[in-house]
Amino acid sequence: MTAVDVERLSVQFHGRGGPVVAVDEVTLSVPPGSVVGLVGESGSGKSTLARAIVGLVPPVGGSVRIDGVDLGTLSPAARRRARRPVQMIFQDPNSSLNPRMTVGAALTEALGVRERAGRGRAVRDGEVAELLDLVTLDHRVAASYPRELSGGQRQRVAIARALAVRPDVLICDEVTSALDASVTGAILNLLRDLRRQLGLSILFISHNLAVVRYASDQIGVMHHGRIVEFGDAETVVRSPEHPYTRALLDAVPRLGGADASTAVP
Amino acid sequence: MSQRGLARAALRTPTGVLALAGVVLLTVLAVVAPMIWGDAARTPDVEHLLEGGSAEHPLGTDNIGRDLLARTLVATRLSLVLAVLTVLVGAGIGVPLGALPTVLGRRSARAAAAVTDLALAYPALLLAIFLGVILGAGPEAAVLALGIASAPAFARLTQTLAASVAGSDYIAAAHVLGLSRRRILFRHVLPNIAEPIILNVTVAIGYALLAMSGLSFLGLGVQAPSYDWGRLLTESLDRIYVAPEAALGPCIAIVVAGLAFNGLGESLAKAASTRTSYARPPAAPAGSRLAATLPVADDVPAADEPVLVVEGLTVTFPTADGAITPVRGISFTVGDGERVGIVGESGSGKSLTALSLARLVPHPGTVSADRVEFLGRELSGVRSTDRDRVLGTSMAMVFQDTTTSLNPALRIGVQLSEVAEVHGELRRSDARRRAVERLRAVRLSGPERRLKQFPHELSGGMRQRVMIAVGLMGEPRLIIADEPTSALDVTVQQQILRLLKEIGDETGASCLLITHDIAVATELCDRILVMYAGRIVEDIDAARLWKGPAHPYTRALLAAVPDLETDRSVELASIPGRPPDVADLPAGCAFAPRCAFATEQCRQEAPPLRIDETDSHRVACWHPQEGSVVTHQARVETEAR
Repeated sequence: MTAVDVERLSVQFHGRGGPVVAVDEVTLSVPPGSVVGLVGESGSGKSTLARAIVGLVPPVGGSVRIDGVDLGTLSPAARRRARRPVQMIFQDPNSSLNPRMTVGAALTEALGVRERAGRGRAVRDGEVAELLDLVTLDHRVAASYPRELSGGQRQRVAIARALAVRPDVLICDEVTSALDASVTGAILNLLRDLRRQLGLSILFISHNLAVVRYASDQIGVMHHGRIVEFGDAETVVRSPEHPYTRALLDAVPRLGGADASTAVP
Repeated sequence: MSQRGLARAALRTPTGVLALAGVVLLTVLAVVAPMIWGDAARTPDVEHLLEGGSAEHPLGTDNIGRDLLARTLVATRLSLVLAVLTVLVGAGIGVPLGALPTVLGRRSARAAAAVTDLALAYPALLLAIFLGVILGAGPEAAVLALGIASAPAFARLTQTLAASVAGSDYIAAAHVLGLSRRRILFRHVLPNIAEPIILNVTVAIGYALLAMSGLSFLGLGVQAPSYDWGRLLTESLDRIYVAPEAALGPCIAIVVAGLAFNGLGESLAKAASTRTSYARPPAAPAGSRLAATLPVADDVPAADEPVLVVEGLTVTFPTADGAITPVRGISFTVGDGERVGIVGESGSGKSLTALSLARLVPHPGTVSADRVEFLGRELSGVRSTDRDRVLGTSMAMVFQDTTTSLNPALRIGVQLSEVAEVHGELRRSDARRRAVERLRAVRLSGPERRLKQFPHELSGGMRQRVMIAVGLMGEPRLIIADEPTSALDVTVQQQILRLLKEIGDETGASCLLITHDIAVATELCDRILVMYAGRIVEDIDAARLWKGPAHPYTRALLAAVPDLETDRSVELASIPGRPPDVADLPAGCAFAPRCAFATEQCRQEAPPLRIDETDSHRVACWHPQEGSVVTHQARVETEAR
């Protein structure tokens, strides 16, 4: 049994010239405790696939299984409950946090999803502090609004909000793309620690092959709505089989240009 | 910012002050006028029937001798109350109707939106009169009629605002969390659209006042013996040629009230739309700022016939809490045919540096420099046609966002030949020939066909090629490219970088590349300038980068982002803390609070950018480092700390 199982999943959008297939019969599994990377360019369907898994866009075919349960067989309310262990973190923490809610309020709201019983405020504040500890943020951040935080801090808050529900699976959609270089490393380190600490499974999506390779155990390469290559991270990067994977690899900017990179021992 | 902050911002304009004063005056009048002048407005005086203006009755009297000034003042209450009620009815029906699609499922949402569309298609005033006739004459009916008639506009406004918020990631995040639709509406959607709705309500009160007066004037609104301004106007109208002052009172009242509410709404809206550009973290303590912004004189490397020489370039923006200086006295040169990259994170001042060279720094920013010389011409002085020509033909600018840097309404051909026609004084046919040539130079297929196309018909990569072609229409000596590949896919990014390189080789033009990605800079550039908090902290040959930069920030940047060689089993290096706020810079080196090598000297004294050993390497650091940072070595160092 796997944490998330996607089978022959298809998503279509209505385009001007008829339906556009964004995700084309994709089959993908995220085994428990592992990180599966998805790499591809804009329009490859990787973000749409993520959104279909968490229910933000309706699929036209195929199935999503979470913890072995086929979501298609459930009632809407049961489906919502079944999806709760799968949480998503978005690319741009500027827009993924409500500008009118303090960090504390956003985390409290997410905590409320897990346990509906109205418990004391002190308990809630304690749990908010625990969440902030998990993402190594100062407790005082709870009183801040998102605009008062840096990009890296905001992304940590977004991660903490997803963790509030005690998920088994995190879907990270380009989580470092909107961040400055100096904090990219810190966020990748954090995800790595959290995975170890909480036993999370992660679907890690990015256009940056170097970042995906660093973060993932296995890599799927998406192109035109299909996964064209899938394998162990190191294997895909060292000996790519699909021409598109090779094109992606060639396009990764290298320090000192293409000539210098070969010169580095 | 709070609602109070918004009000304060609105009050900075004369219109805002006047409008607010007007609204306050009207409100006070509405409360006190009936108490003070109530008797005078009610008491008939048979000795003074239908009189014109006099000292005793400035606006005259009506047909049973009541004072018209008093009646106008007293009517403020009813007129305002009816207008406010009308808007409440309109917003009360419209806002929930507009918000409904957010709470409903996909299909019902579409139906609700269709109802609004249908209602909007019917002219509001016609609907109001129609409803007025059906509901009968009288103030209640008029309020209902006008309110219902204005509801579709409110619904549409709410729907549009809610739709824009509903598309944002925090709503998606709320859905993924499994929050109920109702909670999403009340906690996430409404608070974020409340501001524009309130602004529109304010403006709508002004309109409702006019509309209500109109209905009363037509006899559909307020009925005798009650009276509002519209009613007073009707009663005085038949005497307009005999005693115009009688009609003048209610007229002025209506105009003043309408202007006041509209003016207030407009200035609130203006304040709301402009203040975001100045919004930044809470004000910094004064004192630290002055010391930090004092520029330190940098070494300027000698160069033979440089294309661009910049000395002491500073960009300043005034804000409500004092001036901020995002670019603080930087100096650099770009040699003939040289490709220089400016690398920095958001807020480092790299883009403003590029914009200031092309004189494109947005208002109200000011640029100052000891010297900015382009092709031997001083650029920092006053504007002249000669300089505009030099900038227009010899300096080319390529921007990040290709969807906004080309005019979507003009064909590619027009946008290309425009440059040559204005600056090169070419005839249209010659300009066209050159356009085809330049499109071929940027390796765009079928250049003749492209001339007739619009920007939206091209892909992002193609548009960026067109943008470069626009720059090539003159005879550029310097191409400034501001994040030209950041919005593009990696495979396309590589093509554009290659194209910029080839064009540099073919035309001998120099290039100034602005990017956040140090690896991208090294792909194209000969030399890299690393910027941090508005200063150049290191100026280094690209080839030397992987042998080991000297500034701890440059070194940390290289080690923080994984490349294809990074060992997956170890942690990445990370820079502790956050980039500094340009409004609150430390006294010494801006990087000191995040630097592992910082000493007391670093915290006290800002290091100047000094030439280090060779002429081609400058570094601003009291403790420059040595050795390579490429991959594993960096991590060994950070772990040892």
